[in-house]
Amino acid sequence: MKMSGQIQGLLKTLGMLPVLIAVCIGFALLSDRFVSMQNLSIVAQQASINLVLAAGMTFVILTAGIDLSVGSVLAAAAMIAVIASKLPDAWGLVGIPLGIATGVFFGLLNGALIAFLRLPPFIVTLGSLTAVRGVARLLGDDTTVFNSDMVFAFIGNGALFGVPWLVIIAFAVILVSWFVLRRTVLGVHIYSVGGNPNAARLSGVKVWRVLLTVYGISGGLAGLGGVMVSAKLFAANGLQLGASYELDAIAAVILGGTSFVGGIGSIWGTLIGGFIIAVLTNGLILVGISDIWQFIIKGLVIIGAVALDRYRLTGSART
Amino acid sequence: MSEAQRPILEMAAISKTFPGVRALQDVKLAAHAGEIHALMGENGAGKSTLMKILSGAYQADPGGEIRIDGKPITISGPLSAKDAGIAVIYQELSLSPNLTVAENIYLGREPRRGLLIDRAAMTAGCAEVLNRLGCSFGPRTMVGTLSIAEQQMVEIARALHARARILIMDEPTTALSSRETDRLFALIRQLRDAGMAILYISHRMAEIYELSDRCSVLRDGQYVGTLSRAELSAERLVAMMVGRDLQGFYKRAGATHHAGRVAMAVSDIGDGRRVRNANLVVHEGEVLGIAGLVGSGRTELARLIFGADRKTSGEVRIDDRLVDIRQPRDAIDAGLVYLTEDRKGCGLFLDMSVHDNVNLVMFERDARGLGVLDRKLGWTRARDAIAALGIRVAGAEVNVGALSGGNQQKVLLSRLLETKPRVLILDEPTRGVDIGAKSEIYRIIDSLAESGVAVVVISSELPEIIGVSDRVLVMREGVIEGEVGGATGVAITQEAIMALATGIRPTEMASPGLALAS
Repeated sequence: MKMSGQIQGLLKTLGMLPVLIAVCIGFALLSDRFVSMQNLSIVAQQASINLVLAAGMTFVILTAGIDLSVGSVLAAAAMIAVIASKLPDAWGLVGIPLGIATGVFFGLLNGALIAFLRLPPFIVTLGSLTAVRGVARLLGDDTTVFNSDMVFAFIGNGALFGVPWLVIIAFAVILVSWFVLRRTVLGVHIYSVGGNPNAARLSGVKVWRVLLTVYGISGGLAGLGGVMVSAKLFAANGLQLGASYELDAIAAVILGGTSFVGGIGSIWGTLIGGFIIAVLTNGLILVGISDIWQFIIKGLVIIGAVALDRYRLTGSART
Repeated sequence: MSEAQRPILEMAAISKTFPGVRALQDVKLAAHAGEIHALMGENGAGKSTLMKILSGAYQADPGGEIRIDGKPITISGPLSAKDAGIAVIYQELSLSPNLTVAENIYLGREPRRGLLIDRAAMTAGCAEVLNRLGCSFGPRTMVGTLSIAEQQMVEIARALHARARILIMDEPTTALSSRETDRLFALIRQLRDAGMAILYISHRMAEIYELSDRCSVLRDGQYVGTLSRAELSAERLVAMMVGRDLQGFYKRAGATHHAGRVAMAVSDIGDGRRVRNANLVVHEGEVLGIAGLVGSGRTELARLIFGADRKTSGEVRIDDRLVDIRQPRDAIDAGLVYLTEDRKGCGLFLDMSVHDNVNLVMFERDARGLGVLDRKLGWTRARDAIAALGIRVAGAEVNVGALSGGNQQKVLLSRLLETKPRVLILDEPTRGVDIGAKSEIYRIIDSLAESGVAVVVISSELPEIIGVSDRVLVMREGVIEGEVGGATGVAITQEAIMALATGIRPTEMASPGLALAS
């Protein structure tokens, strides 16, 4: 009894890490190219943008909300970033803050509708998913904007001491998110709003401010994602960029064990969830599976992993 | 009912062990046809477990015996309990709101004609039972449109229809008004007189007095004894339930607090619907009770003062300073805190630790620059609260959901006390907590008043209101109807309060002591 209790406790803290390790071992056995510094660096870069979006999504889902608009917001922010990067000399750098600010703006708009008009997050962000996509197309007159001479191109392609900037940014975002969620008043308030909004309000938590903040954070991180993408591509396109990115972000959060009901979850889980998705994408290509089957396998793994998680949790809840 | 008669239900040597916990140990119980048999005990005494064994939700450990009409039977699941003539009405009703009354009553046993449901037979059979119970609704009514009391009727109708002979009711009056309670009691007596055996679980002494023919008490999973109606008394029941005499249960006998300056003055507050033009004053060091029937606007009044709901008129002064309360945060900052009556729905964060729950209000005030938590102070607060209020928990990191009702209530209370409030409004502070925790909460209220806090206590339990308060305001239909105790010169009695709460003069009331149950 005690022994199995300890194992269960251990499983609970580890979360989805065993799944990630199993998937990695599987691909290492199937393809000798999987475990190489070069490939692991590619996996980390592929994971980075989704991780940044998923970090923001974690904040939102912890309050029992959802942000479907991050893909479109990313596109709009990337457009702004590329357009601003064409300013002469170092002025092009304002593309970075402007891109992030674009994201924060749309995020706060979502948050205001949800916090003040009490509209359901799913509906509001479904609406802005469509509307902001339109804005992104409008920004470039429905064309692809290029800048081959981007001042902040290093973000997308450079490295610091051999570590790509994309990866550094993603890990920095995860670390800061952890700090905010676990070490600040805002963090506890986020968990409390997700756990029991009525009780949070009666305990003096300004629920509206918490909601406004998490959607602002999600938007801002989508904006940062837009800057990262544009720096990588030297270009942005309002029509296609970021399409369905929100789904990968949500999948990473859910794979990480964060509950849709709100109030339960952690940023470490999201980190692991994001890596599971990136490793799957990368590994399936290496093994040479056609992209049609990649979709099917990825979908099944997501469902299977979450089912496993559910089973594990109900097991530990039993007395 | 004669004692010589063979009991319809006998349980002997019933034990139930869960991994690590002995929930029941050698419990016995005998119920006769045509009696209302009350079952009492603190939370965790084993009442629910015993009832769940009867209803087939749990299986008892081997070695015990259940006999019906003298014949030993095995209850292996809900179906065999039903076949044995046992029906249970749980606290949380188990009806489907989206189906009609008839569909609910026949659920799982629908009469068929070929492949189709025989709706005519269903409606007719159902109407017959509803008539017998004197229900005002018909078989085709949607259950979701019925009140809680009416839904209970549907549950009873379902039991009758299944020809149940043993009916178990678990705290059936929790959500009922006093009028609905009276009607339910009349019905329960009618069922008894028709020869049913009724097992009635309740925390409320007044109900036990009024209703029960006999009363059995459980304590810590063991059978303590059974009292006949003639032997019933509050002292005896309490002594049996807690295993000791509770002296000075509410506070030091007869002592009143020394009321100081006015701590809070509320004038003309209202929301235009459920509370109208309420005025009240509470002094420091005083316990002010607010009594009234369920639905009289007590909770609504408290929520208006606290800023939880929007008021359309009125103002609140704390220490003679006008405070603009638009949201709970404003009230808390002004030194006014409110303990909700809905502990799980509006109070606690069940998935969060005791530490987080205790500190939730204080995190912001304690924080260092940029909203970074002061972790050392937080853990100190949590540990101190656990020690000061005697919260029984392994550590502050344990989730609150794992605690018993009484300990949860203490966690919630300590969250408020951490703010060092001037005015404390407690809404049903002892609802759903066991008798031991109850007396501890009374002691806390008493010592808070001693230390100069102004305490307002809202309660549906009259003995509680009378026991803890120095002065009592009585509400009726959204209006503060009057005051007893304190400077009014009117003694705080059940009769005086009920007269104001119901609008009926004491002389017109048939049995003043008993109509108070809700």
